[in-house]
Amino acid sequence: MTLLSFDWALVIEKLILIVIIVLTTLLITLYTTFGERKVAAILQDRPGPNRAGPFGLLQPLADGLKLIMKEEIIPTSASKWLFILGPGLAMTASLMTSAVIPWGTDVHLFGRTIALQIADVNIGILYIFAVVSMGVYGIMIGGWASNNKFSLMSALRAASQAISYEIAMGLALIALLMTTGSLSLKTIVADQAAGNWWNVVYQPLGFIIFFICAMAECNRTPFDLPEAENELNFGYHQEYSSMKLGFYLFAEYVNMIMSSAIMASMYFGGYDLPFFDETTVAPNIAAMIGVGTLLIKIVLFVFLFMWIRWTIPRFRYDQLMNLGWKTMIPLALFNMLLTGALILAKL
Amino acid sequence: MQTLTNKALAVQRQPMTFWERLYLINIIKGMMITFSHMFKKQPTIRYPEQKREFSPVFRGLHVLNRDEEGRERCTACGLCAVACPAEAITMEAAERMEGEENIYREEKYAAKYEINMLRCIFCGLCEEACPKDAIYLSETFAPANYTRKGFIYDKNDLLIPNPLTNAADYAKAKGVQA
Repeated sequence: MTLLSFDWALVIEKLILIVIIVLTTLLITLYTTFGERKVAAILQDRPGPNRAGPFGLLQPLADGLKLIMKEEIIPTSASKWLFILGPGLAMTASLMTSAVIPWGTDVHLFGRTIALQIADVNIGILYIFAVVSMGVYGIMIGGWASNNKFSLMSALRAASQAISYEIAMGLALIALLMTTGSLSLKTIVADQAAGNWWNVVYQPLGFIIFFICAMAECNRTPFDLPEAENELNFGYHQEYSSMKLGFYLFAEYVNMIMSSAIMASMYFGGYDLPFFDETTVAPNIAAMIGVGTLLIKIVLFVFLFMWIRWTIPRFRYDQLMNLGWKTMIPLALFNMLLTGALILAKL
Repeated sequence: MQTLTNKALAVQRQPMTFWERLYLINIIKGMMITFSHMFKKQPTIRYPEQKREFSPVFRGLHVLNRDEEGRERCTACGLCAVACPAEAITMEAAERMEGEENIYREEKYAAKYEINMLRCIFCGLCEEACPKDAIYLSETFAPANYTRKGFIYDKNDLLIPNPLTNAADYAKAKGVQA
């Protein structure tokens, strides 16, 4: 099966995996938007969307259809190509993160060992950081190309917010890397699944910092300043309509799912189901249990995101910057020092 | 200084303690409050399936009444139209012909009787003014419509079902009146 010195079976296997993961992510995202509305409703003593289909389950399809049917408007003064590029870039960047997340242990199928991870890069965490930073470009380009002062201001806010919080996020992760000793997500998860404590036990402060920064990166409330309606009308996607707007809104939810997946993998054992010995069942079934466990963890994190959104009001912009630079970064540095000291003391 | 009530509180001006400045604890407290709302009873009434109970004095859509023999009570005297502050009621009178005694109670009846539900303020003055007990307000309200014309209710829309030929519907309409 080697043609042009390629392992074609591997290429096909990876392609299928990519398609499955991207489609599943999009499907879950679709229902996350529904979940968001439902959670918001229930937290506010309302029934939420319940008209389209049983329990309103067809609501996301109706929403999607509505977005597609809307008229596509490109403002005359907008920079046309960048205007189209913006939402595409935002969506691509948020979906690209899924490449390094290990979704489960290996599956044995047709005599092959298939790893449930698109790419086991040994610098997985650095890759995630690179892709997350790319996500800012989608917002920046969209906001700038709209030729609208509110969009531009919102894009500036998003960019400066993302850059500020990425520093604390990185510093929190450095402390994690000091304890795990690996940049590969697969190794990190495998170490936790091998019967050790989850990383959150060693890095509780680091996890809180990472969680808050992830919330800021996703532009979620209380850090949704780029979308502060009362100051910026609508935010960086003000001039967008139809599915381009849908892509921006969707990318936010994909981001949320991806950061949940990363948090689950790095701090909460990824596909590891606690108090369960995977060797007692067939490896394929164990892998499926692993996938299910990771999905449940993701859903729990997404619920946490929503829960926080519908509880806490938005920060003021100077408060946001104060928190980022004067609290999060020193705290992350302190956490790093503490971790280093503890590792030294143990040795 | 003497306070007017015992509810007055001095404003707290001391700086926040370390735990207060952390915010995390208070955020968790707030999240517990929102979480407890998941188990609260929803006050929502899912409208087309469930309907709100009206009080017995509710003034809703008008109904033109019949007597127990199924004859229309209205004699087109016009008192309701005079009483109506919104001028929502119009009518045209006609004389009862030979052989129509089983349809109309008196010698004169309303050939045309229209109420514009967009003008009507549901004050119930027509009900008060009517000397023949011919009009009263029921416990339903005018459903939505696509055109303004659809809100002009004529005699067909307003008349109560005949108690002799359509007893079930008549009882239902009566029941709503309560």
